[in-house]
Amino acid sequence: MIQTIAFYLFAVLTIASAAATILSRNPVHSVLFLILAFFNAAGLMMLTGAEFIAMLLVIVYVGAVAVLFLFVVMMLDIDFAELRAGFIKNFPLGMLVALVLLAEMVLGIGAYKAGALTLGTPDGTAATPAGASNIEAIGGLMYSRYLFLFEAAGLILLVAMVGAIVLTHRQRGDTRGQKISKQVARRPEEATFNVKPEVGKGVQL
Amino acid sequence: MIGVEHYVVVSSILFVLGVLGIFLNRKNVIVLLMAIELILLAVNINLVAFSAFLHDLTGQIFAMFVLTVAAGEAAVGLAILVIYFRGRGSIAVDDVNRMKG
Repeated sequence: MIQTIAFYLFAVLTIASAAATILSRNPVHSVLFLILAFFNAAGLMMLTGAEFIAMLLVIVYVGAVAVLFLFVVMMLDIDFAELRAGFIKNFPLGMLVALVLLAEMVLGIGAYKAGALTLGTPDGTAATPAGASNIEAIGGLMYSRYLFLFEAAGLILLVAMVGAIVLTHRQRGDTRGQKISKQVARRPEEATFNVKPEVGKGVQL
Repeated sequence: MIGVEHYVVVSSILFVLGVLGIFLNRKNVIVLLMAIELILLAVNINLVAFSAFLHDLTGQIFAMFVLTVAAGEAAVGLAILVIYFRGRGSIAVDDVNRMKG
């Protein structure tokens, strides 16, 4: 019973906040509604016992991506009223596409209800071992069967990070940066030397 | 009783809302990126629901990969947005024709 109530609560809140995300006038509100949608989706995933993905969603989205969005929204000085100008013009086309999509999905789910296709059963190699927690089972699978995919995911993140930095980095003329090659090429002979200046004369460096 | 159908319905509605968001906010790239995030969230809910339904953890692992790609996409997309704004002073994408050379 409590699961049913929790499911409907999370589902309704997810969909309502997703609608508010795409409809709200202020992008800051959009980001906040997006956070709410992700939080409730994490709740939905929690109900199925997928603890790890649910917590990952909260940490990665609420903690990182949403803050990134907020940062960009607030950093750019944009006239948001002007950006909404095409809203009414695009509304009929958007609704048409959305309705077609929704109809297709209703058709798909209805066909499933009428009698599902049998696409085979899972071979059981990726089933949760008896007595293992969700995280334990995912970890065991990820570091054995999906190890190379996992490393590829790390590579994707590295490339994304380097790409974001390269794209937004801007060389300003008025700063004096560190010249690493010059520092490394420096030898002791040219770094220090003895001079014997005559009395009363300065040192020419 | 809540079954996998309920999850599929929720994720379909979420997906449709994401697509609708792309069409409605054609000028505002930030909301456009958020609509893409919504679509990816719908995919993730589907993967997790079927993973629980089939007692097969592969779905959850692939949900994690989808999450990774979504995070990278958001970072690079926002970086492109920032340099786009720096060059033009606006983020309207209706008339992007700079790349025509």
